[in-house]
Amino acid sequence: MQEGLLIYDKSVSGRRGYTLPDTESGETELLDMIPDQFRRNEDAELPEITEPETMRHFVALSVKNHHIEKGFYPLGSCTMKYNPKRNDAAASLKGFECHHPLAPCSSSKGLLELMYGLMSDLGEISGFDQVSLQPVAGAQGEFAGLLIMQAYHRERGDSRTKIIIPDSAHGTNPASVSSVGYTTVQIKSNEQGIIAPESVAEVMDETVAGMMLTNPNTLGIFETHCKEIAEIVHFHGGLMYMDGANLNANMGIFRPGDVGFDMMHFNLHKTMSTPHGGGGPGGGAIGVIRELGKYLPYPVLEKDDKSELFFNYDRPHSIGRLHSFFGNFANMVRAFAYIRTLGGKGVRRVSENAVLNANYLKELLKDSFDLPYAGHCMHEFVLSGNRQKKKGVRTFDMAKRMLDFGIHPPTVYFPLIVQEAMMIEPTETETKETLDKFIETMRTIAKEVEESPEMVTGAPHNTIVKRLDEVGAVRNLDVCLRS
Amino acid sequence: MNIPAELRYTKEHEWIKLEGNVATIGITDYAQGELGDIVFVELPNVGDKLEQMQAFGTIEAVKAVSDIYSPLSGKVTEVNSALDDEPMIINSDPYATGWMIKLELTNVSELEQMLTADGYKELIG
Repeated sequence: MQEGLLIYDKSVSGRRGYTLPDTESGETELLDMIPDQFRRNEDAELPEITEPETMRHFVALSVKNHHIEKGFYPLGSCTMKYNPKRNDAAASLKGFECHHPLAPCSSSKGLLELMYGLMSDLGEISGFDQVSLQPVAGAQGEFAGLLIMQAYHRERGDSRTKIIIPDSAHGTNPASVSSVGYTTVQIKSNEQGIIAPESVAEVMDETVAGMMLTNPNTLGIFETHCKEIAEIVHFHGGLMYMDGANLNANMGIFRPGDVGFDMMHFNLHKTMSTPHGGGGPGGGAIGVIRELGKYLPYPVLEKDDKSELFFNYDRPHSIGRLHSFFGNFANMVRAFAYIRTLGGKGVRRVSENAVLNANYLKELLKDSFDLPYAGHCMHEFVLSGNRQKKKGVRTFDMAKRMLDFGIHPPTVYFPLIVQEAMMIEPTETETKETLDKFIETMRTIAKEVEESPEMVTGAPHNTIVKRLDEVGAVRNLDVCLRS
Repeated sequence: MNIPAELRYTKEHEWIKLEGNVATIGITDYAQGELGDIVFVELPNVGDKLEQMQAFGTIEAVKAVSDIYSPLSGKVTEVNSALDDEPMIINSDPYATGWMIKLELTNVSELEQMLTADGYKELIG
């Protein structure tokens, strides 16, 4: 760790950022009131620093970092859209922020109404009958969905063992499959970058519990055969799971529940504009068809015969509990504020503009880079750096070079079926000027690869830190503040 | 691209060196270049029996994790334990000190299915 970077390095003994009134009794007497077993053995090691120095410290760090409030962030599959501040303001309302999670339902009515409203909105957007807000990440939503699949088959005395997953899927899909004890059957995408029904029919039988499909897929292409695929899977008694990571392309246009999907997860932290990155907190709500509702994680928010909301713990078929309390509530407030601010038509415009922006970038970049899957894309698209690789410059190098222009690189080397992949998702929140600047930057880099490749292979030149030791970061990970 | 003429190769980018009925197996220079910096290698135990095309280990690079498939059937007689501490040897010296396992072959004729250096060169274009 570089010296002077931590707030602890700025600590000076005795310095304070606050003043407290004198206590009438002495400090020692106060301490005496705390029984020995509840007292620390030594003082907490906290930095001693003034308020302005504290502000400067954290503002300086935020300037060194790249974030959506500082620059363009087209990180494919992550939907790094701008998060309107009114959503944060809503989540900070005292009634939400200060409410205790163990408070009884009778004094939590506003919060429960909000959760119920969000459940109903997500149901409307996705076409599913029942929603659980409990999972706190996309992968936990997948885990929940697969446990539901398992519970469904078990109840039928059916011991299926396999899940079908396309080769373009997010890595979390096979990981979740493995977590619940199923095994993965991988199928290949065709030349158009989508799954052909025949490839599903080839592997689908009575040993397969279901299929996970992302739509649009990670190439940013709409799986046009999803309805037919669902029919094949259902014919053999399987269930269809939709990975909702790319919901930002679908809202108000395509409802998975209408075309044969049986369940899906939402990434509230992506699509519904909750700040994310850095590992959380997330919101991985799931939606299911009516028949699967009884398996949802408990407690389930329901209305009693007087239309009062309550948490129902009496759910004998439930897969169990996935998280303490009721999920990440502040995320739900932000998601609800987001949806209700935009309204039904606004939500549809989000998806339309996300798709329009991605197609605009794709059309104006396809001459400078290889575009392995041509045609219309949805909210993101995947370029290949193969042309540049022949000149000795890898996608990795170009990603580093983008940092010099104040742009966060796209997702690179994913999906795995595209060599030297760059997966670009501009989101709906960017102006034409920002998109044009990105196009210009990408063309500049492509030109540099031809004329002065060392500019790219030696990048970044203008950032606070240069190339990091990525191997060391994996092999010698040290997250301790001090050794 | 370094493709030693005396070795045999697979479509999965492994090389095979046969001495008697013992095959030494590793990944090619092309494969290590595609994977990038390798951070971890998981190898089988000595004595494990492998079928042809059975996954025998994993290789973790900064970019991605991949399975490694046994090109031939046989019994593992030795694994390169130096890779535990320094997997990046595979990046710097894939054909010699970066070898992965030695297999006592149960069916030497399987070797005939393997690509020659010329065949492999054609494959990676």
